[in-house]
Amino acid sequence: MSLWEYANPKKFMETSGRILPWASGLAAVALCVGLVWGFFFTPDDYRQGSTVKIIYIHVPSAMMAINIWVMMLVTSLIWLVRRHHVSALAAKAAAPIGLTMTLIALATGALWGQPMWGTWWAWDPRLTSFLILCLFYLGYMALWQAIDNPDTAADLTAVLCLVGSVFALLSRYAVNFWSQGLHQGASLSLDKKENVSDVFYFPLLVSIAGFVALFVALMLLRTRTEIRGRRLRALMARQRGA
Amino acid sequence: MTMVDLGKYAVPVIGSYVASLALLAALVGLTVWQGARMVRALRQAEADAEAAAQATETDHAH
Repeated sequence: MSLWEYANPKKFMETSGRILPWASGLAAVALCVGLVWGFFFTPDDYRQGSTVKIIYIHVPSAMMAINIWVMMLVTSLIWLVRRHHVSALAAKAAAPIGLTMTLIALATGALWGQPMWGTWWAWDPRLTSFLILCLFYLGYMALWQAIDNPDTAADLTAVLCLVGSVFALLSRYAVNFWSQGLHQGASLSLDKKENVSDVFYFPLLVSIAGFVALFVALMLLRTRTEIRGRRLRALMARQRGA
Repeated sequence: MTMVDLGKYAVPVIGSYVASLALLAALVGLTVWQGARMVRALRQAEADAEAAAQATETDHAH
């Protein structure tokens, strides 16, 4: 069976309807376990004290903020190349989730930064690129709302998504590009020596799994709503024409 | 489950959790509400379209 069959709205609705309860259940369980484990059952860090508990929200939300934009980039490219409406609607559906993740990362980063760095905000490369990514999410959503023709809106937002990808990648690699600023390097690494201690690592992995599952559930639900919205507009247009 | 002693960092830690969970709850609530509203609107429009089609058929029969 070809992957492109899922670009058929009917097939997408059938498949997403089956996946949605599992993704929602997994998100609820993994988020509860990860956050409760991290908050109640992990020790304080020897340098950061209890603020280390913010890692279970800050790191997954920041990862999702960047990865959701990458997912939007892929679906936007599929729209531009193959003109599958479901892919454009999936990108549109993902944007508010990405914006929320970016806001959570920025808010928890400020709350974590104040006691550790002595400031809520600094024009650090990673923080600044993340703020720009947040503005790109807002611009992307505003552009969808501003254009009446859905195909034109999908075209223009896809181009905006390509441009914004530079900042999504910068947000991820800014610390490596510029060895300056307050923000430390990646908390998770394939190199065991670079990683956070196991006592923080495992609850963090569960929390990340919860955020990923939550994104999948919300993205499927929002895409289903967008597909129904498209059908509704088609029906209303047909009635007006009759 | 015991109450965790967050010491002098209680405000930023609890603030982070409360702000994040509030944002996530708002996103989930809005998504579910928009989805339910769209399902209702689509059902109504499909029922209207079906009724209009039947009315047209009846007119043609007469």
